[in-house]
Amino acid sequence: MQTETTTRGFPFRRKSKQASSERISNRRFIVAFIITIFGFLAAIAANLLFPQIADVKITDYQVGAFTLDFNSLYLIVLAALVLIYSGNGIFSFFDQDRRKKFTKSAPFRLVVGLALGIWDVLGTKLLLLPQPFFPGPAKILEPFLMEPSYILQQILYSLRLFSYGFVIGISAGVLTGILIGWFPKVYYWVQPVLKISGVIPAVAWMPFALTLFPTPFSAAVFLITICQWFTIASLTAQGIQSTPKTHFEVARTLGAKTPYLVFCVAIPHAMPQIFTGISIANGFTFTTLVMVEMMGQPGGLGYYINASKVWSAYYKVFAAIVVMAILFSLILKVVGLVESRVLRWRKGLVKS
Amino acid sequence: MSDIILDIKSVNRTFVSDDDSTTKALHDVSLSVNRGEFLSIIGSSGCGKTTLLRLIAGLDTPESGELILNGEKIAGTNPKRGYVFQQGSLFPWLTIENNIASGLKARGVYKEHKGEVQQYINLIGLNGFEKSFPHQISGGMAQRVAIARALINNPDVLLLDEPMGALDSFTRADIQDKLLELWRKNKTTMILVTHDVDEAIYLSDRIVIMTPRPGEIKEIIEVKLPPPRHRGGTEFLAIRRDILEKLHLASAAPQPEYTI
Ligand SMILES: Nc1ncnc2c1ncn2[C@@H]1O[C@H](COP(=O)(O)OP(=O)(O)O)[C@@H](O)[C@H]1O
Ligand SMILES: [Mg+2]
Repeated sequence: MQTETTTRGFPFRRKSKQASSERISNRRFIVAFIITIFGFLAAIAANLLFPQIADVKITDYQVGAFTLDFNSLYLIVLAALVLIYSGNGIFSFFDQDRRKKFTKSAPFRLVVGLALGIWDVLGTKLLLLPQPFFPGPAKILEPFLMEPSYILQQILYSLRLFSYGFVIGISAGVLTGILIGWFPKVYYWVQPVLKISGVIPAVAWMPFALTLFPTPFSAAVFLITICQWFTIASLTAQGIQSTPKTHFEVARTLGAKTPYLVFCVAIPHAMPQIFTGISIANGFTFTTLVMVEMMGQPGGLGYYINASKVWSAYYKVFAAIVVMAILFSLILKVVGLVESRVLRWRKGLVKS
Repeated sequence: MSDIILDIKSVNRTFVSDDDSTTKALHDVSLSVNRGEFLSIIGSSGCGKTTLLRLIAGLDTPESGELILNGEKIAGTNPKRGYVFQQGSLFPWLTIENNIASGLKARGVYKEHKGEVQQYINLIGLNGFEKSFPHQISGGMAQRVAIARALINNPDVLLLDEPMGALDSFTRADIQDKLLELWRKNKTTMILVTHDVDEAIYLSDRIVIMTPRPGEIKEIIEVKLPPPRHRGGTEFLAIRRDILEKLHLASAAPQPEYTI
């Protein structure tokens, strides 16, 4: 009953030619839409209707022309979520694939909204959770009012550290991987070293890095670099070595010399593995980044966590964790976009 | 008669396997190929056809004997000797357009000959598929692309190793005609390995029959049929019977296997 009735009458055609197995009817989609935003609306209602019973200090901050406290910021964030999901819902209405995705996420988003509401009541209104370890959701937003530019500074520090390590690590990794994959002699001498260093957590090099490098920043870049380096090098080498011989033979009969064989045959063939290496390495990199910052950097989100912990400002710790979650997800998203662009030739070739 | 472009003189090639057993893939093979001719090599599987073609391409070296092309000894690969592999030889990460252009790019002459890419796409009838990737087109289209990619380098000799072996008969007939068209237009010398007798008769000036264990040339048959050739014609069928007989005798000793 809920299939077969959908997009008829709409001026928008579905992008994919094949009809997907299940179609989301208008009615079902509208229900999903309501479910999606209901949780967040409930959280807003809970915040507005539930009286502030516990004695919580709510400070006003001056943001531009407005005076805000953390509770109003919390309401703004909830309202923004409602707006974003509504926009997404309206946008998704016209495309079956997007409809499906949106519908699938609805129950989860409902629970997120409800959980926020319950947390708000327990954590801020009643102050029932153990303090100061578990602040309410609104309180976690307070640092963004209190010291926004200071937090931004830490984000930029982390981002800068990550970018340096990422770029240097990938370049060094791909280069090493090519040399190992191409020259048997290099393979013989470097591969065992790589294999052993690959299993050592990067932070183990920290004392060594701190003495060897002139600044804490360059030491941290080194540690992040080696996170990327070894993983990417071994996967690049694997990708190059697994290039089918016929690809090289074809290229040679077309008149190719070694540079073409390396850069236009072996490396494109190794590209999927290189990206696998990058995603594996990113996991290590985030861990290392935060640990390094917590242990000996003059800035960064890890540093912010550590400094806040000293003052028992756990709401700041949570704020930093939220920022990390968003920041690292964004980085993975960007890498994913680049990957799907570079590897678009594999679309439909491999099981996605 | 016409001048000789390729001279193969008493070539031998033996393979040694891991378990030390040896295979005499080519035994004392001698063959002269005329400039501009269409030559087919036919024979049961394992009689050394691919081995011979790889030697001509320069992908392999003989243990004795020599191969002379245009008066020069063949050593290593050269874009003057194009090679079309059986199947799946397109670079999967390049679009059709870029696969064809890879012939030019590999030689570093892409800039000068850029325009020819589109010409070849038109010629093989793949307009509209320029931006497709190899896995998005059919096997027949892919083989046409592989042929175009080799031909764009304007080779003296085009070596084709069962390029239609994995295709259905309609697609096959279609590519055969395309191949004839390209051959007449470019006057490239063609050496085609095939296991399809009809295909050999339809296309060739001469047909080389090879026998296995050891790989040898048994006989060379001239096909003196004027174009257009009809697969059902009496003369066609007579030649066909003749070749099948010889092939059958050739592989009668062990057992006939016309598999790819
Ligand atoms: N690289 C190789 N190593 C070992 N044996 C080989 C190799 N290439 C070919 N042969 C053997 O040489 C013989 C001729 O092979 P091939 O030229 O591929 O035959 P065809 O193309 O006529 O089917 C076969 O018996 C095959 O097993
Ligand atoms: Mg063969």
